[in-house]
Amino acid sequence: MDILVCVKRVPDTSENEIQVNGKGTDIERDDLVYSVNEWDNYAVEEAIQIRDRVGGTVTVVTVGDDESEEVLRREMAMGADNGILLSDPAFESADGRGIATILKAAVEKGRYDLILTGAQADDGAGQVGGMLAAMLDVPYASLVNVIEILDDKKIKVGREIAGGNQEMNEMTLPCVLSIQTGINEPRYVGIRGIRKVASVEIPTMGAGDLGLDPAAVAPKVKRLDYFVPDMGEGAEMLTGSTEEIIEKLMELLKAKGGIKS
Amino acid sequence: MSRQVFAYIIHKNGKPDDTALEFATAARKLDPNAEVIGVVVGSGADLEAAAGEAAKSYTSVWKIDNAALAYPLADGVRKALTSVLPREAVVLIPHEHFGLDLAPGLAVKLDSPYLPDVVDFAGLDGDTLTAVRQEFSGMVSTHVACDIAAGAVITVRPGAFAPDESAAAGGTITDKSGDVGDLAAGRRYLETLVAEVGDVDITKSEILVSVGRGIEDQDNLEIVNDLARAMGADVSCSRPIVDAKWLEKSRQVGTSGQTVSPKVYLACGISGSFQHMGGIKGAPFIVAVNKNPKAPIFQVADVGIVADILEFLPELTEAVEKNR
Ligand SMILES: Cc1cc2nc3c(=O)[nH]c(=O)nc-3n(C[C@H](O)[C@H](O)[C@H](O)COP(=O)(O)OP(=O)(O)OC[C@H]3O[C@@H](n4cnc5c(N)ncnc54)[C@H](O)[C@@H]3O)c2cc1C
Repeated sequence: MDILVCVKRVPDTSENEIQVNGKGTDIERDDLVYSVNEWDNYAVEEAIQIRDRVGGTVTVVTVGDDESEEVLRREMAMGADNGILLSDPAFESADGRGIATILKAAVEKGRYDLILTGAQADDGAGQVGGMLAAMLDVPYASLVNVIEILDDKKIKVGREIAGGNQEMNEMTLPCVLSIQTGINEPRYVGIRGIRKVASVEIPTMGAGDLGLDPAAVAPKVKRLDYFVPDMGEGAEMLTGSTEEIIEKLMELLKAKGGIKS
Repeated sequence: MSRQVFAYIIHKNGKPDDTALEFATAARKLDPNAEVIGVVVGSGADLEAAAGEAAKSYTSVWKIDNAALAYPLADGVRKALTSVLPREAVVLIPHEHFGLDLAPGLAVKLDSPYLPDVVDFAGLDGDTLTAVRQEFSGMVSTHVACDIAAGAVITVRPGAFAPDESAAAGGTITDKSGDVGDLAAGRRYLETLVAEVGDVDITKSEILVSVGRGIEDQDNLEIVNDLARAMGADVSCSRPIVDAKWLEKSRQVGTSGQTVSPKVYLACGISGSFQHMGGIKGAPFIVAVNKNPKAPIFQVADVGIVADILEFLPELTEAVEKNR
């Protein structure tokens, strides 16, 4: 089974406070710590586990700049066999559809049985996988949290639906799946693993290599600004010393039935 | 001709989802002059009932009845919609597990711009629509704009718009089933596996001490258990805690977990993503403890405390034990 996993380099929200810059044109990018999108790590782990069970290869691909190479190396240190960087000045303003268009061109340069993406990334859109599938005219399932390979033409997938329930589907290959967290436990990547792949050559492809007209990736949806959401009423913030805060909180909890005697 | 805005109505056992009423409001805010049409897809008696209910809130309802859609799998629904909807349709779809499955591909097939997870509409200037969405789990908002002259597919966050309760539209139902083409897809529905019930039913709890990724380590859960014991509360959690297998799935609060309605909800080290808050109903008294003063949870909580839960919770436990 030859598997392609689409990954993205994103600001790590657990390491950073995300703030809007003074002009509201972007978030403050200086000093941001970047990492691989959380959902993508689950997708790569799943691909590696499938390959180890049934054979084949795992290729990780990203659309980004030179710095995105580091996330490809990280995922290769996890165990992916190959990396591909899709990079071109024309790609910089691409929206979700643009990214899917670029990925489609890359998919068509190879031969993959299964294509995985993360369920969503930093923009919370969850759009690239579904668009890519529709462009390739192959089946798609989102929020997948179980994959069972039936044979080289069919797989069984479980999708997460409301209330903790799971929808089971059978799908024909090739297909695209977006992977939900919790499907596995992504393995830890140590310094040694990173060192091992440090000098591996990662091919880069631009618009020309992919046969893409830059106009095809021009955005239809444009972001106008960034702003801090209106806090509305917001919470009543308890301040003071810890003892004072706890005293106030105890009163409130008792009044609201938050402490059972 | 005025613009047509279609509201895709999810239904179950003949009842439209809450978003059906919310989308009636959303569609009017998007374009006050638009013709708003509810769309229901499915099969048989359930579909009939759902269409009838929808017609109370929409003056016009389109129904698509097809045996292949008795379980509405996104692939089939997408094919049905692409054969029925006009190319310049503006389509609203709920941003949840089904919408995420359906909408991105539908936008490609209709060759329309795609606006995902919209929380508000900020204006329509000619054919340029400006919408509000959030990034980084609600830590920042953005305005996005696109030209909707040739249509658009928009997923709208459940709960973002107030429901339209007027319910007197007396709408007409138009049967579009005959326009549907071949629905065959390389994807087949097999079955639904229902979630296992855990040892504690958090949907019945009056007090919940809920723990999120801020707890950092499995061993630290003891701190939360101690506090819950002292308060007479049950322990619930956000999704990352379940993903890490530190607590069982039946303890997860949220859209893909349990819907809870306690009197008091104490959120410890939880950021307040909409998927988490979507599982809390009935306006409980929400207390949030988070070390980041900008955490989105402080926008929805009643009381907020900026503190490190690893230090704060043990002190609170001590105080509760002394003051019972
Ligand atoms: C389709 C879909 C469905 C989902 N369904 C659900 C669902 O049902 N339930 C759910 O919960 N999530 C769900 N999620 C995930 C959701 O989007 C969030 O990722 C998740 O809720 C975040 O959990 P969290 O708040 O615990 O973690 P984070 O967002 O990482 O937040 C941790 C918080 O802890 C704070 N913190 C860190 N350390 C400390 C400390 N020592 N003291 C105090 N505070 C601290 C941080 O400031 C931060 O605010 C879903 C996602 C998708 C895409």
